[in-house]
Amino acid sequence: MGILEDLYQEIILTRYKNPRRRGRLENPTRTAGGHNPACGDQLELFVELDGDRIRAVRYQGEGCAVSQASADLMAEAVEGKTVAEARDLAERFKAMVVEGAPPDPALGDLAALSGVARLPSRVKCATLAWHALEEALS
Amino acid sequence: MDPRALRRDFPVFEAHPDLVFLDSAASAQKPRSVIEALARFYQTAYANVHRGSYPLSEAATEAFEAARATLAGFLGTPDPDEVVFVRNATEGMNLLAHALGERYLGEGDTVLVTEMEHHANLVPWQQAARRKGARIRAVPITDQGRLDLAALDRLLGEEPRIFAFTQMSNVLGTVNPVAELAERAHRAGAIVVVDGAQGAPHLPVNVRALGADFYVTSGHKMLGPTGASALWGRRELWQELPPFLTGGGMIERVTIEESTFAPPPTRFEAGTPAFAEAVGLAAAAEYLIGVGMDRVWRHDRELTRRALAALSEVPDLRVFGPQGEDRGGVVSFAFPGVHAHDLATFLGQKGVAVRSGHHCAQPLHRRLGVAATTRASFYLYNTEEEVDRLAAVLHEARRFFASWIE
Repeated sequence: MGILEDLYQEIILTRYKNPRRRGRLENPTRTAGGHNPACGDQLELFVELDGDRIRAVRYQGEGCAVSQASADLMAEAVEGKTVAEARDLAERFKAMVVEGAPPDPALGDLAALSGVARLPSRVKCATLAWHALEEALS
Repeated sequence: MDPRALRRDFPVFEAHPDLVFLDSAASAQKPRSVIEALARFYQTAYANVHRGSYPLSEAATEAFEAARATLAGFLGTPDPDEVVFVRNATEGMNLLAHALGERYLGEGDTVLVTEMEHHANLVPWQQAARRKGARIRAVPITDQGRLDLAALDRLLGEEPRIFAFTQMSNVLGTVNPVAELAERAHRAGAIVVVDGAQGAPHLPVNVRALGADFYVTSGHKMLGPTGASALWGRRELWQELPPFLTGGGMIERVTIEESTFAPPPTRFEAGTPAFAEAVGLAAAAEYLIGVGMDRVWRHDRELTRRALAALSEVPDLRVFGPQGEDRGGVVSFAFPGVHAHDLATFLGQKGVAVRSGHHCAQPLHRRLGVAATTRASFYLYNTEEEVDRLAAVLHEARRFFASWIE
């Protein structure tokens, strides 16, 4: 599969055009902002915690398909997880897109973003939401 | 002018024969003569300038000053001492904003810029205005991507102390009528600062004929090495300005308590300058003079016309900037619903090197109503075939992203 077909799979497109977790939370426990000054992408993340467990995650902002799909898949993936589990998932995700590690099974649909590792200029797009998540959980 | 012949002067195209390089507005490729001038200087003529009283240093100083004279000639001034070497256009603008701000700006004064400025010609003025209690106003642009000259008259009525504007937009390609703008601004009593980062590489420039007071260039965009750029200003204005960076080289007499400063241009060149790179930059200016800037500009225009025609055939593609003769070889575009980065990644994977993002012009993109654009830019080594390749790949992108387009 070509690098373009690999990156722009149906799953990325669907999340970009029909996001499931886009929006804001009225009473978030935590918020964090992400900004990619080189390209102007920005993201605002809302996290609702129930004790140590993530109850809901929403995001809003503006960016490319990679950054938006990554945020949407992330929000869905970490809901229901504990803070420690979410952090662990973030590590696995970064290993995949930054270091080019094979997708960890725990990443599920997020594996669709593995092609980003071959496009150094796009890594920051994929990690934008994850850095915001780590900040929100810290 | 035969770009195919010129291409042979650029070793990068031997290393990457299939590369369609359409990102010269960010930084241009280097001809062999520049690379060799730089290497030759480092290998055979290198010693710090100005203060060495041995032949090698004296020769290096001569080469540095000869480079200044070459850049002065390139910019159309007979006086080499009107040229200050800075690292890049950004440093040039910071120098001017600081020095002009210190000398001329006060509480309630106005600095006039335009809506199409690169951040390098906006943020330094904001900082200077903040320090001095001055304010920034901007000349808006029309829907065609030109400066709104009716609004300009109104804004000049506020008697700005400084009017800083670009000769050529790095996003829209718009070439502004510098001489006319300078004349109007002078009548209103403003000092005229022209951002020639995009203009100097592409247009024949004569700073005196343009009527500017200061003209900022970017060396690496005009075939030179990184790290050295020429900043031109009128001698009588340079003389009045305080220094920007201070320290070695730019002083006359220093005591523990205070210092006096050297005359221009030395006053504005604190520390060891990038003199080897200045020698390389002079080789770049000589290369451009050899080709002929009028021919460079004509070639840019031909490629731009061809690109605008070809891109207008791509369904759904929105192309920014004016359609007339007053634009240079910069073409920004977008498919509604497809983010600029996704499109640039597609083009990049097809071997067409373009840039995407806000191109350091966020206020302009806000005015255009888009977060980002994808930009192709042309230079003397680009061919008609490359423009056609860009159009063909955009047609391909249109099919690839078909379901995304809104």
